Amino acid sequence: MSDPARQARALALLFGGLVAVWLVMLNFGALGAVAFRAEGLTALRNSDWAAVRFTLLQATLSAGLSVALAIPIARALARRQFFGRGLLITLMGAPFILPTLVAVLGLLAVFGRSGLVNQVFDMLGLSRFNIFGLHGVVLAHVFYNLPLATRILLQGWAGIPSERFRLAAVLGFSPRDTFRQLEAPMLRDLAPGAFLVIFLICLTSFSVALTMGGGPRATTVELAIFQAFRFDFDMGRAAMLALVQFGLCAVAGVIAWRVALPSSLGGGLDRPVQRFDLGGRGLRLRDAALIMAGAAFLLVPLAMVVLRGAPHVAALPPEVWQATGRSLIVALGATAATIAMTLALAHAVLALGGKRGAGLEWLGLAALAASPLVIGTGLFLLIRPLANPRDFALLVTMLVNAGMAMPFALRLILPDLRAELTTQGRLATALGLHGWARLRIVTLPRLRRPLGFAAGLTAALSMGDLGVIMLFAEREGATLPMQLYRLMNAYRQDDAAGAALVLLGASLALFVVFERWGRGRAGT
Amino acid sequence: MDVLALEHVTSTQGDFALAAHWAIPEGALVAVVGPSGAGKSTLLGAVAGFVAINAGRVLWQGRDISRTSPSLRPVSILFQDNNLFPHLTVFENVALGLRPSLRLTVAERQRVEGALARVGLVGLGPRKPAQLSGGQQSRVALARVLLQRKPVMLLDEPFAALGPALRKEMLALVAEICRETRATLLMVSHELRDAETIADQLVLVSDGVAHAPAPTQQVLADPSAALRNYLG
Repeated sequence: MSDPARQARALALLFGGLVAVWLVMLNFGALGAVAFRAEGLTALRNSDWAAVRFTLLQATLSAGLSVALAIPIARALARRQFFGRGLLITLMGAPFILPTLVAVLGLLAVFGRSGLVNQVFDMLGLSRFNIFGLHGVVLAHVFYNLPLATRILLQGWAGIPSERFRLAAVLGFSPRDTFRQLEAPMLRDLAPGAFLVIFLICLTSFSVALTMGGGPRATTVELAIFQAFRFDFDMGRAAMLALVQFGLCAVAGVIAWRVALPSSLGGGLDRPVQRFDLGGRGLRLRDAALIMAGAAFLLVPLAMVVLRGAPHVAALPPEVWQATGRSLIVALGATAATIAMTLALAHAVLALGGKRGAGLEWLGLAALAASPLVIGTGLFLLIRPLANPRDFALLVTMLVNAGMAMPFALRLILPDLRAELTTQGRLATALGLHGWARLRIVTLPRLRRPLGFAAGLTAALSMGDLGVIMLFAEREGATLPMQLYRLMNAYRQDDAAGAALVLLGASLALFVVFERWGRGRAGT
Repeated sequence: MDVLALEHVTSTQGDFALAAHWAIPEGALVAVVGPSGAGKSTLLGAVAGFVAINAGRVLWQGRDISRTSPSLRPVSILFQDNNLFPHLTVFENVALGLRPSLRLTVAERQRVEGALARVGLVGLGPRKPAQLSGGQQSRVALARVLLQRKPVMLLDEPFAALGPALRKEMLALVAEICRETRATLLMVSHELRDAETIADQLVLVSDGVAHAPAPTQQVLADPSAALRNYLG
């Protein structure tokens, strides 16, 4: 008689293995293709080394500033209780799913040439400042990552047991003592991880550098790959740059792997710990100012996108709506692929267990340090001898997006799957629940919440992604972010504002729909 | 005739080892007693297939089932906790004993309703386990065991969280079910009194050995040195 338990295990290992092979191909094979097809590597020019230096500089500054600013804001948020606190913390998760170009347009509306800040400068008779260049790139990255850093650190504060604060109160600690004895040790644990996560994110920055960078002096490696590929069609240089980028990411990834990375996606942040070190009026005012400044930095650009875009949505040209449709297909396809691959890999990780399981898990997370442009270039070169790569623009975008979202999905799903297996695995096994029946009756209903969250995250990230598609697509077949980029480049400001609002709405809607689905009827 | 036999079985986990070499006849109601940590759950796990054995064989009607996966063994098992899926209804939880796919024919649905009625839970099918009392939850699990119709029932203290009166009620129900289905029972027990009420044989687990079963009355009337140690 065939043994269903063994069959199920074999199936899990088979599918997980296929996913693993695919990930290896995506993360390493594409690089090999670039190196192989380059027909000899071209030496890097001085401008390429400038790109490497710029990449490291902006990533260091962006990560450093994000964490440094997040510390006082998270501290103020952790000890204050006010109306709308929960909402504000929820909103801090929003930039993560915010399309880069939308953020850039919002920032331009505030800090750009004719933005709010320069209008104030005009009134005061000060000379306008130019946002493009290093400070523009760093500003956009901080806008993106300050909320992420704040949430990571807030989790650290939430993790300090309230009994310690009570003890501190009994011992008569001042806020400064509390900081030194309770908060600083937590920061020493968490801040390096937060810095590294943001550093990694900024290392592969493409669309921010594309839009906020200023010419050759503010070009990231990722952007240089794109330029070498698209404008010069110099495969040798693109390959060389891809190798450099891979090296940078690998080194940073290995360091990040050593320092345990914090997970920023967990819940439980909306419950403030009862605190006794609230200090006097001065401290309260300072905290309020910090929280308001942080909120304004986050919310004003977003509000500007909505205000500027709303009047122009109705008059958008049909290309924008067609691009929206294409982007929705890409996003939904990437979501389905990510969820399927993540479930397969997670099952295989747990079926293998031990060191080999951990190795498989590492492979799933490796994409965190992968460069989409390198992967895209590799896939382009792999497809070219067989077919016209342009025909595969959407499919490749979908698959690369799915690969990029996988580390996040795996981090969300694996812990819950592991917990489900420990609490109810034996029962399911004893009842002969295996394979598809188990997935349908037990696993999927139990994992609904993380699945919904991961799906929402993937869909929103994929909807807003501007990366690989830039290598592949021609005039036709653009996604919405690409269409938006074209409108911006053509100085069609009104259409761009309208399209940005559509993109923002679509990303948020995708996230909310999936996340709601995950929350509904969650198994108790 | 002996139906379930443990042949020179040893199971080692780290520096813990359990050995057993005995058999029990069909329809026997056996209680497994002994100090905590002695290996009572390990013994049941080895029979159910959740604990690997390093040596020896587990035999069912003379057939080696040592390598058979849990769901294909002739046993049903109730664990100390997590015996129900919290996201499934009472009806679905019971129906899993009949069809793990939950795709039931009309006749099978009636059998599930019948099992629920048998354990006194008429009309509670649509509820979720969290909406039931502890005793009712135990009854749901027993209704599923009833439907599984496996020849051996293993209980790893599933009623430990219930009060004494309720536990007695459940054990009476278990005894009835075993009699009806002519099942053989192997139950871990902390309370010697529980064992006394329903078990006709006792297995003492101590010092890494699961001793051969002996008639309950006889064992209690003339306890061995190991049992005297355990009883204190």
